Amino acid sequence: MVPLSYYLVLSGILFACGVTGFLIKRNIITIFMSIELMLNGVNLSFVAFAARWHALRGQVFVFFVMVVAAAEAAVGLAIIIAVYRTRETLNVDQMNLLKL
Amino acid sequence: MSGLPQTADYVRILPELVLSIFGIVVMLLEPLFDERRSQRTLGSIALIGSLVAIMASVFQAQNPGFAFWNMVRVDGFSVFFHVLVTTIAAVVILTSYEYMSVQRIRAGEYYGLILFGTVGMCLMSSAVELVLIFIALEISSISTYILAGFRRREAASSEASLKYFLLGSFATAFFLYGVALMFGATGSTNIDKISPALEQSTVPPLAYLAVALMFVGLGFKVASAPFHIWTPDVYEGAPAPIVGFMSTAPKAAAFAVLLRILFEANAPGRFWLIWFSAVLSMCLGNLGALVQTNVKRLLAYSSIAHAGYLLVAFAAAPEVGVSAAMFYTAAYAAMNVGAFAVISHFANAGEKYVTLDDYAGLGRRSPVLAATLTIFLLSLIGIPATGGFFAKFYVFSAALKADLVGLTIIGVINSAVAAYYYLRIIVVMYMRESREEIPVRGIPLGLGTALVVSLAATIYLGVLPGRVLDYALASANQLMQTPASAAAATVNPGR
Repeated sequence: MVPLSYYLVLSGILFACGVTGFLIKRNIITIFMSIELMLNGVNLSFVAFAARWHALRGQVFVFFVMVVAAAEAAVGLAIIIAVYRTRETLNVDQMNLLKL
Repeated sequence: MSGLPQTADYVRILPELVLSIFGIVVMLLEPLFDERRSQRTLGSIALIGSLVAIMASVFQAQNPGFAFWNMVRVDGFSVFFHVLVTTIAAVVILTSYEYMSVQRIRAGEYYGLILFGTVGMCLMSSAVELVLIFIALEISSISTYILAGFRRREAASSEASLKYFLLGSFATAFFLYGVALMFGATGSTNIDKISPALEQSTVPPLAYLAVALMFVGLGFKVASAPFHIWTPDVYEGAPAPIVGFMSTAPKAAAFAVLLRILFEANAPGRFWLIWFSAVLSMCLGNLGALVQTNVKRLLAYSSIAHAGYLLVAFAAAPEVGVSAAMFYTAAYAAMNVGAFAVISHFANAGEKYVTLDDYAGLGRRSPVLAATLTIFLLSLIGIPATGGFFAKFYVFSAALKADLVGLTIIGVINSAVAAYYYLRIIVVMYMRESREEIPVRGIPLGLGTALVVSLAATIYLGVLPGRVLDYALASANQLMQTPASAAAATVNPGR
């Protein structure tokens, strides 16, 4: 059996990849995908802990995370389209109307 | 854990049910109305919805207890935040009537989204199960993401919405990771079961990390430093009434969640986390506000600073600190919603007049509005006889009671610094002549009512703070006593 720590380390790595992607990528869609990666990293640790505690609660939580991520994606893509209409670019470096 | 929900369960989520139903009605009626006249009707429906929800929350107070298998806990604490959040929603809806017609935004969803967002915030304050807290947090966040971008044709507004959305979901992921680790450390996601697990002599090290990560997520929602970067940009671009809404209601709800997680669940290692965040928020918020020329941006920095003062209360002893924090959220909501109501009236089409220079001569052009804004600003400074004074007073006295002398000194110095930029607005309004002729409109009924309500609340909390504070203290005591059943629960209840 694969020990718990393997899953946790993998989920930590996935989460860290997501954070890195969020910070260094410049395209909004890619940034958005990085956030999804972070959420999936979290999902993995939920499932791993659910197995560790023999608690279904953790697995159910994953479903909720998926549903919420889908809702977030729907709203997020709509916002991205609204931005593209006024700006004609998806580069975050050019989102600089609001600055000190 | 079986059987159908009872009537009592539904009563304990009555305000949320009411708000959802009215929100759905608004969304269904929206396409049936003529675009030009739908605003007022739909707005009125939403207003009635929030008023009914306030009554439902008061009614709910007679029925405290758990609902839906320990998912929801109705107590004095949750009722306090229910009433606060729904009142904010009602006042913001009143403010929006005029704003929407001046900005020519014709969309009934606006009111529906305010109601749905309020559902999330209400649930946040009564949820004691991390799953539900997460969902409620998202209900409230997703609605506010959309509301922030409601001036669709303005590039600034959609940019604000995008920034809020991206950073908001980033922070949510951190919160979620914290929840996952907390589940891993204690084997439960229920606050009442987490609490005994964390009271044992050996706290699992994972729990410290979990608390820190959850604090990152919630710190973002309350705009406390170092997670405050989004605040000025979003507040500048979002519609003014919505800024009034999201600088108070989601913040109050997130503080409620923070209070539950930190104190009801006995989170380990919370003190230094709060201490640093409080100091950073106060200093960065006030220093940032000093150099601002856009009034919305200035109040955004001020709201960061106020989150810092609030966190001072968190660092103080449980009961007194919690009640001081509750009082502070109420007082801050009253004055900030009022200030943004004035700003949204004065902003005009396309939000043209939002810089400090545009406020020059407001004292002559529109004496009533200028006087109202002055009172709100004085309250934000913390002048006696306004709600802001007692809010700060209780927070700092709670901190002193807990021997947090350093933190109190930093806080008091910061409020002195803050007086400078608030007074600057007042000076500009009364002492400087306006350079261009800015049209002045009469105050419509809706806005007038909103201003009267927030003014009355600000003065009431400043003159007779006793009742609200007593209530807050009683519910804080209640919050600290976890029920015996929870204490008896084992560390591994899971299934």
